[in-house]
Amino acid sequence: MKLRLTADMLVDEVLERVETLSGQKLRACYQCGRCSAGCPVVEEMDIIPSEVIRLLQLGQVDEVLSSKTIWICASCLQCASRCPKGVEFSSICDALRAIVLRTRLATPKIDADGLTRVMMSDAPQMGVVGALRKLNG
Amino acid sequence: MGERIGVFVCHCGTNIAGVVDVKRVAEELADYPGVAYSTDYTYMCSDPGQNLVKDAIKKHKLTGVIVAACSPTLHEATFRRAGTAAGMNQYQVEIANIREQCSWVHRDNKEAATEKAIRTIKIMVEKARLDEALDPISVPMTPRALVVGGGIAGIQAALDIANAGHEVVLVEKSASIGGHMAQLSETFPTLDCSQCIMTPKMVEVAQHPKVKLMTYSEVDDVSGYVGNFKVRIRKKAAYVNRDVCTGCGLCIEKCPATTPSEFDEQLADRKAIYTPFPQAVPNKPVLDAEHCTYFLKDGKCGICAKVCPLDCIDYEQKDEFIDFEVGAIVVATGYDLYPIENLGEYGGGKYPDVVTSLQFERMLSASGPTGGEILRPSDGEVPKEVVFLTCCGSRDTESHLPYCSKICCMYLTKHAMLYKHNVHEGQAYVFYMDVRTGGKGYEEFYTRAAEEDDVLYIRGKVSKIFEEDGKVMVWGVDTLSGKKIEIAADMAVLGLATIPNQSAAKLANMLKIHADEWGFLSEAHPKLRPVESLTPGFYLAGSAQGPKDIPESVAQASAAASKVAALFAETEYHREPIIAVIDEDTCAGCRVCVSVCPYDAAEFDDEKKVARIKEAICEGCGVCIAACPSGSAQQKNLTDEQLYKMVSAALEV
Repeated sequence: MKLRLTADMLVDEVLERVETLSGQKLRACYQCGRCSAGCPVVEEMDIIPSEVIRLLQLGQVDEVLSSKTIWICASCLQCASRCPKGVEFSSICDALRAIVLRTRLATPKIDADGLTRVMMSDAPQMGVVGALRKLNG
Repeated sequence: MGERIGVFVCHCGTNIAGVVDVKRVAEELADYPGVAYSTDYTYMCSDPGQNLVKDAIKKHKLTGVIVAACSPTLHEATFRRAGTAAGMNQYQVEIANIREQCSWVHRDNKEAATEKAIRTIKIMVEKARLDEALDPISVPMTPRALVVGGGIAGIQAALDIANAGHEVVLVEKSASIGGHMAQLSETFPTLDCSQCIMTPKMVEVAQHPKVKLMTYSEVDDVSGYVGNFKVRIRKKAAYVNRDVCTGCGLCIEKCPATTPSEFDEQLADRKAIYTPFPQAVPNKPVLDAEHCTYFLKDGKCGICAKVCPLDCIDYEQKDEFIDFEVGAIVVATGYDLYPIENLGEYGGGKYPDVVTSLQFERMLSASGPTGGEILRPSDGEVPKEVVFLTCCGSRDTESHLPYCSKICCMYLTKHAMLYKHNVHEGQAYVFYMDVRTGGKGYEEFYTRAAEEDDVLYIRGKVSKIFEEDGKVMVWGVDTLSGKKIEIAADMAVLGLATIPNQSAAKLANMLKIHADEWGFLSEAHPKLRPVESLTPGFYLAGSAQGPKDIPESVAQASAAASKVAALFAETEYHREPIIAVIDEDTCAGCRVCVSVCPYDAAEFDDEKKVARIKEAICEGCGVCIAACPSGSAQQKNLTDEQLYKMVSAALEV
């Protein structure tokens, strides 16, 4: 697929929000790939962390917002602790999720009361807390 | 026969002794004809080891020494000095290499390695038995240097040699010194103004009492050898008496003929009578006859002559030839850009808004054709999106040049950054294969461009550029995301490969110095002798030797200058005497040696009708010896007789 790059795409409003919410500078990433290399859940992602940042550098916001990756990120901060340029991918993921949740009201939320005892006992505690945090903004 | 050869077998720790049975070697050699003393020791190159050799020379009245150890490139000089200290002629000390050529390569067969070591030493014993005592050849030294090329490397070399107290002739082919550096706007990674740091050096070298500056001049002929070169400089007809001219500029102002300016990379015109740029040194014009109305239309013009208040214009002026004697030559002929015409996929020069990197430098320069404003050549508009391309011709083994041009990553980063400083709302894109920032402060500079100036680096090589709707369409790819990229840009800047100065190729031939297949001059050793040519007396500085940035060119120029100063520190130059000699009694005068000698060292004596070798020039390459049909040409201490005995020893026949 051909991508027609323009200067306007690179100063996108959503991109600016990602940088503001995350406190991270997207252009600082020089694509070494260390975040992806150390990510414990990268196998489950459809776009690897470094590529998420690359797509954002190229202004490809929609592709990133509709990815599974941002929901699979467990916020373990492995990427952030290893990044040689101090770019915290986990924070960028937080920002991306927040943007989705705040702009896409139709996103189903988890009803805490609806969680059954069986579900609670099967799911890891961190997973339940993480799911509630992620999906309920 | 009265030879008394000493054999000293080195263990080199376990390097040799771990494979070769050194005791057995020493014992066997003790019984070999001509050997008066044989021993072994752990480290022969150590002080006690050297003393062992010295003491044995005296005690056993040795006439020759074989040190069986590492390669002669490492310690031959060490043991020759030891021999000299003990009163022996240094050319009767020989090395038998039993490490690199024996123990290191035969680890798995110790018995055979020991046999080979023994035979290798026997070969050298046979050589040493016939070695003559020789003296190094002394040649007088003319302590004056020729520096070819007046760019930053040539200027720096000239200044350093002159400041060491020696005379320098600095030759520059164009009308002013300064070279490419004078064309640049600002310099990475500090962004200081190129001309601001360059012009003081230009003035300094021009005014230096030890420097004879010859601009608009070329090297016409070089003969001789280290310490004693004869050079002929052709001072091109400038049609201006530049000794009298004050540089008032009236002739330039009134001249009606124009032609594209070389200094401004064809982005602006200059007059037919011109100085290349306002800060030119010397700031005196030359007249370019090829574009001058007077010369093109048989004397119909002559305005410059009419307006010159000092009658400096001389249409009858001819090229002048000036001879100098020099002891050393520094070649600093610099670089050119790979021709844009070779890159058809990027338009090959036919699109006005696809410019070369040097053209973009001129656009950025405050003294350039646009006064430092970035304007599209096609319509003079400010470009909103500019694409910069690295590796235009570099790193392409199939169609262009295989090597990395080294400076493009950095200067394009600088270009992108300066463009953003000029056009704040603009967007700069850099297509790259790798961003190579190997230099002090370079990585930080690149980071600054990406983070502070929002330069978007896209990893991939552009496949084509074409014009569409007033834009230059750039087709590339981002291999990091796998996306094919298309940018409708206002301008594209090509980081064209660095190639050696094309007009210098002839010079390298004339000087008989080696160049690689691309024309970059070859250094004597890639690590340990990087500023010398293999031919003695020639030194290399700047991009003539390989792509270089300014700090590296300056460093190399200063290094070359210090080599020259060291050479000039002695009034005589000493050369190895292992050279050819011709027996006049048997020479038939066929002159084969004269025709094959690559150094012009063999000459014919018309009176005696025999050939002779000029000692000071002969490099001892052996070509004449192989060619001589009567065997009259022989290499000192490597005569046919010696070689025969050495081969016999090798074959044990």
